Amino acid sequence: MKKYLLTIAAALVMISGCVKDDEFLSTDPKDLLTDEAVWKSPDLVLSVLADLYNRYPEQQTITNWTEFTNFDEAFPSESGQYWRTKQVDYPYDWWNLWDYGYIRDLNLFVQKCSAAKELAEDVRARFVAEARLLRAAIYFEEVKRMGGVPLILEPMEYDFSGDPAYLQHARAKESEIYDFVISEMDSIKTILPDDAGIKSRATKWLALAMQSRAALYAASIAKYGVNTPSVSLPGGEVGIAADKAIPYYQKALDAAQQIISSGKYSLYKKKAEDLEENFAALFYDKANNPEVIFAQDFKLKSGKTQEWTILNQPWSSAEEQQGGRINPSLNLALLYEKLDNTYSPFITNNGSDYMYYNDPKDIFAGRDARLGGTIILPGTKFKGVPLDIWAGVMYWKDGKYNTITGDNFGDLDSIPVAGTPKSSQVVGTDGPIDGLQFSAQTGFFVRKFLDPTVGSGQIGTRSDVWWVRYRYAEVLLNAAEAALELGQPGLSSTYVNQLRERAGFTTPLPEAAISFDRIVHERRVELAFEGHEMFDNKRWRLAHKVWNGETISANDVVSNIGKADKINTMIYGLWGYKIFNPGNANHGKWVYRVVKPSNVTAAHRFNFGNYYSRIGSDILSNNPKLVKNPNN
Amino acid sequence: MKKIFVYTTLILTAFSCRKDNYEAPSATLSGHITYQGVPVNVSSKDVTFELWEPGWGKNGAINVAINEDGSYSALLFNGNYKLIIPPSQGPFRSITDPETKSDTMLLTINGSREMDIEVMPYYMIRDAKMERNGTTAVNSSCRLEKIITDANARNVETVFLYLNQTRFVDATNYIARSSLAGSDITDPANVHLSVNIPDVISGNGTTGDQDYVFARIGVKISGVEDLLFSEVQQINLK
Repeated sequence: MKKYLLTIAAALVMISGCVKDDEFLSTDPKDLLTDEAVWKSPDLVLSVLADLYNRYPEQQTITNWTEFTNFDEAFPSESGQYWRTKQVDYPYDWWNLWDYGYIRDLNLFVQKCSAAKELAEDVRARFVAEARLLRAAIYFEEVKRMGGVPLILEPMEYDFSGDPAYLQHARAKESEIYDFVISEMDSIKTILPDDAGIKSRATKWLALAMQSRAALYAASIAKYGVNTPSVSLPGGEVGIAADKAIPYYQKALDAAQQIISSGKYSLYKKKAEDLEENFAALFYDKANNPEVIFAQDFKLKSGKTQEWTILNQPWSSAEEQQGGRINPSLNLALLYEKLDNTYSPFITNNGSDYMYYNDPKDIFAGRDARLGGTIILPGTKFKGVPLDIWAGVMYWKDGKYNTITGDNFGDLDSIPVAGTPKSSQVVGTDGPIDGLQFSAQTGFFVRKFLDPTVGSGQIGTRSDVWWVRYRYAEVLLNAAEAALELGQPGLSSTYVNQLRERAGFTTPLPEAAISFDRIVHERRVELAFEGHEMFDNKRWRLAHKVWNGETISANDVVSNIGKADKINTMIYGLWGYKIFNPGNANHGKWVYRVVKPSNVTAAHRFNFGNYYSRIGSDILSNNPKLVKNPNN
Repeated sequence: MKKIFVYTTLILTAFSCRKDNYEAPSATLSGHITYQGVPVNVSSKDVTFELWEPGWGKNGAINVAINEDGSYSALLFNGNYKLIIPPSQGPFRSITDPETKSDTMLLTINGSREMDIEVMPYYMIRDAKMERNGTTAVNSSCRLEKIITDANARNVETVFLYLNQTRFVDATNYIARSSLAGSDITDPANVHLSVNIPDVISGNGTTGDQDYVFARIGVKISGVEDLLFSEVQQINLK
């Protein structure tokens, strides 16, 4: 019996185990999708598109925190990152980008999706328009960093002839890439949905916002490029003729005005009772946010979450043994004006004596609400926990102030004055402690994009706050800048004043107050930690002046506030101290000192060669038609 | 039996290694960047020139950095090289090579070689004198000679006098400096500057027991990124 069973079983295996030879080699794979299968199904095409959205190019973002600490916005409070404030020069290849792999995938998508007749007409048109927008976005990013690049709009195929010369394309002019971005936006804006509720996919309004930004970049390079004649190439791959500035500014203004006049977006004002909280909520409130135009979205428990809050949470309310990495600089903090529209440093001294404050927050009182909305200040709260940011105790002994401090978060020590308790806290739970990572080494933490939800600071939960790429406030600033450059300061002031009113200013700026310096200032304070600073300074040709390698003193930091070309090469901080002087009126009050963290040793220098990044020598030798960027 | 196995393994191990295919580079190319034989002083390691060795698969330049006193050196393989000073480098212009009729210079390396590279600086700092004035200041005087006077001529933007504690004295390495705008120079043959010696001469916070500083004059030429310098001079404070 056994024998028969075995025989039958063997026979069955033989019969069913074999297929015809030709079928054996053409079995459909079970672990990947074929081209034909994908282009039939809108769901599958959407997942291809999702991958393309995911590869959207970026420099400074909440998922790449260290890049925020390269310039003057913030200090990197992590022991492995101090080199960023210790190096003078930026390598010429730092921001280079030559992502033709992504461009090829986008070109393939456009080509194949356009030919996918099995998809419904409107679905297909939207997909193609979205891919074209992403393609324009990568070319925009390329031109920002590299200048004109070869403009490839078809997927190229190699014919294995041994001669790749026909695949080698020369660089387009810088203006041609900008023109391409602008014209693409014109042709896809009517295809994309005009629903302002869509935030993480392309809409008509994103197309207009991108067009406005691109036109503004091109315009300012045309206008301010004359200040750096050596940053140009004879073929126009770098540099834009000055006479093109006006039409570009006009285009930037028109695009911005279409968004403004549509009435689809407005500034976020849901929490008008607390303007600082309102400005912070603008970035974490994802429900019916009227200001956000385009964002990279995240979702809890989906695998797509981010750790900005874990990395930057204050130690006092930290949910892990880490946080506090980005420490906004005093250089940035003192840009925020007083509510009477004047610039003023934080008052640390009163004549030859310190200025004494009853509460640590008092030194920051009466300022632009965006200060507290962007930066976590001493004396405020985060997640309901009061911040504990102070650098030490200043006790009165022998006719002068002496300082005692600790070297770990919230250290205890005994103040060497007769009659004091054996042990008391001598430094804040949040620092600042010079050289101690995760402590507020400038006296500040970042607040923008920080998630106030419980659990957002835990590695196991993370955060789903989105990264805002385009928002209505930037559109207003684009319009304001373009209007000013077109000789309409009155119009410009109406846009700027909308933002200032939201920040708590009650007196609007008059027309006469609108200047280039003012526009630069408004962009810096409104758009801090949103990835604009370097590219703005590049297009205004201010970068080599602002970061010129010259050492700056504490006195330099607190003077000339609001000047567009103020030298900002080194990061400074503002440290608070508690006064210990029993019996004196100032006992228990707070004073502040302007300090430079000891890890800030070098003054940043942005060379002419940094304006347009180096094209790698492998790329140059693969394609002899490419010309090198100037000065590098 | 076991012993044989161990010995065989050892012998095989010993013979399995071979020397690397390439010798390390051994030829030294060195010299100075000069104008009429006089070294052109620049900031330390900021100015570079490129050496290209054609004939290999992919092109890539060997960047050679120039020291503060205008000297340079590079360790190379023997071979034929092309030398080029990129137009954005240094406070000078390269001289058209008589052989190639371009800014490229052909160069054969066969063993070590000393070679000065002649360039056309926009200016030269002549007769630079730096000396201590009392106990608190350093005075300097020099003559600015305009070398390029044709259509490519440039104006002096600023003249600086720098002090530092180390021999590296330039626009990013200094503890004190003073400046004079180019437009305020009445007589280029007679440029005077004075800078105060900081009370604490150490940049690193320790109060100085170093009783000397180094001084240097730097010239920023308008539209040219790299500064031109005089020679570094040690100033004894006691």
